[in-house]
Amino acid sequence: MAYPKNYRYTKEHEWISVEGGLATIGITDYAQHELGDVVFVELPKPGTKIEIGKSFGTVESVKAVSEIYAPAAGEVIEANNELQNTPEKINTDPHGAAGLNRVRVTNAAELSGLMDAAAYEAYIAAKGKEASA
Amino acid sequence: MESAATPHKSELRKTPLNALHRRLGAKMVNFGGWDMPVEYPSSGGLIAEHKAVRAGVGVFDVSHMGDIGIRGGGKPGGALAAVEHISMNDASKLAIGQAHYSAMLYPEGTFVDDVIVHRLGEDDFLLVINAGTREKDINWVRENTKGFDCAVEDLSDAYTQLAIQGPRAVDLLRKLTDAELNGIKNYRFTHGTVCGLKNTLIARTGYTGEDGFEIYVPSSVATSEKVWNQVMEAGREFAIVPCGLGCRNTLRLESKMALYGHEISDKINVWEAGLDRYCKMEKGDFVGRAALEQAKAAGLRRTLVGIEMLDRGIARDEYCCSNEAGEAIGVVTSGSPSPTLGKNIALAYVPPSFSAVGTILYVEIRGQKCKAQVVPTPFYKRPKKTVTQQVS
Repeated sequence: MAYPKNYRYTKEHEWISVEGGLATIGITDYAQHELGDVVFVELPKPGTKIEIGKSFGTVESVKAVSEIYAPAAGEVIEANNELQNTPEKINTDPHGAAGLNRVRVTNAAELSGLMDAAAYEAYIAAKGKEASA
Repeated sequence: MESAATPHKSELRKTPLNALHRRLGAKMVNFGGWDMPVEYPSSGGLIAEHKAVRAGVGVFDVSHMGDIGIRGGGKPGGALAAVEHISMNDASKLAIGQAHYSAMLYPEGTFVDDVIVHRLGEDDFLLVINAGTREKDINWVRENTKGFDCAVEDLSDAYTQLAIQGPRAVDLLRKLTDAELNGIKNYRFTHGTVCGLKNTLIARTGYTGEDGFEIYVPSSVATSEKVWNQVMEAGREFAIVPCGLGCRNTLRLESKMALYGHEISDKINVWEAGLDRYCKMEKGDFVGRAALEQAKAAGLRRTLVGIEMLDRGIARDEYCCSNEAGEAIGVVTSGSPSPTLGKNIALAYVPPSFSAVGTILYVEIRGQKCKAQVVPTPFYKRPKKTVTQQVS
């Protein structure tokens, strides 16, 4: 699956897409693949302040619980509550419909520390090599 | 996000099918020191694998399991006496060609490991043990059978063990063997030619709660891959998929089969684990018996129950159970979404006063008290065979 060029990526496999101070956050295709069948999501309520690098929710597969870490600081405007009934969308459309929540970003400059699509793809390719070594 | 199933590196032990799993694109995990497939994205993943076993057939590489042979010495009955001493079930009741579930116990009445005991001959037994406890088990068996006239042999690396599981397993295996499978009832076994390999052990056993077989073939990579590929080929018409340890766990949990380190361990005794029916106190002395007698007299302090989540949330291993007031009462030993039932289920140790079906208790999930209810177990029981399946 292609990694959108206009998104930014974290080492913990979240993506963030910002338009006009509003950001959408999700987990990457690599992350959903590592997790396997997603069966449960827990997201913060609108109004929740999230802090960069801190966990703000969880995504669970049959096997594992994964924390989601905020790629940037901000305030949650809207949580994607549809995912509570259709968590499998995280597997089928991780970069699109399965954005976890919308966030008003406090400091857009924080995003400059994140990877672009090319850097992220190189990062996961290196991880893949490590795993099969 | 951080995944618990993070890939890892070398120095792990590998089964003869390791390279094949990697070629199939399996997700590999460290399971008790073994590099094992947890799921195969090419099969559709864990849930698809789970459902294939319940509805059709799946194949598992379970070569990481250990195998201990106990054979009689000069005088007849030496091996039987040794097995009776180290295993809580009554091996004297086994016919040749029969197997049963049992456990090896510490003098405290707690678990060294659980085990399937196969009676190969009058005084010849095969014990199949867990992967993560292989060395501990073999040492313990050697130590505790010293006084008996028998030979103990670690056969773990001699076999590749495949579990072919599901309602169509019998139809699949029939295509690959000359053995009369209808004659092999549950927990019985025979030796026959499988994939051209003479004298292969074929046992109607498994760890899925479904009908199925486990076959034991020579552990060379070439032979192991050849058999795996023939099983896949024969299973194509039944939509067979390779299955990983992920669904092996959800399948056994739905069927309430114990997993070492979870429901049973060196801290938990037989009565607590609810495995009374496999423990034959009347058969005579065995390691752990005296402690179990005392434990029985003292009464249960905790017992294993099945629970189902009523609130949103998945109970996971080691999560705390509490009462209405929020006081800790117990702990979850295994918990997962159940692909068959579509519910979140778990096994937990709680005081007997919380063990009645219908009892409400709470599981602490990331600081939240989530409501759950004690339900009957096993969570899933396979449907009785239809008449047509019996004659087929």
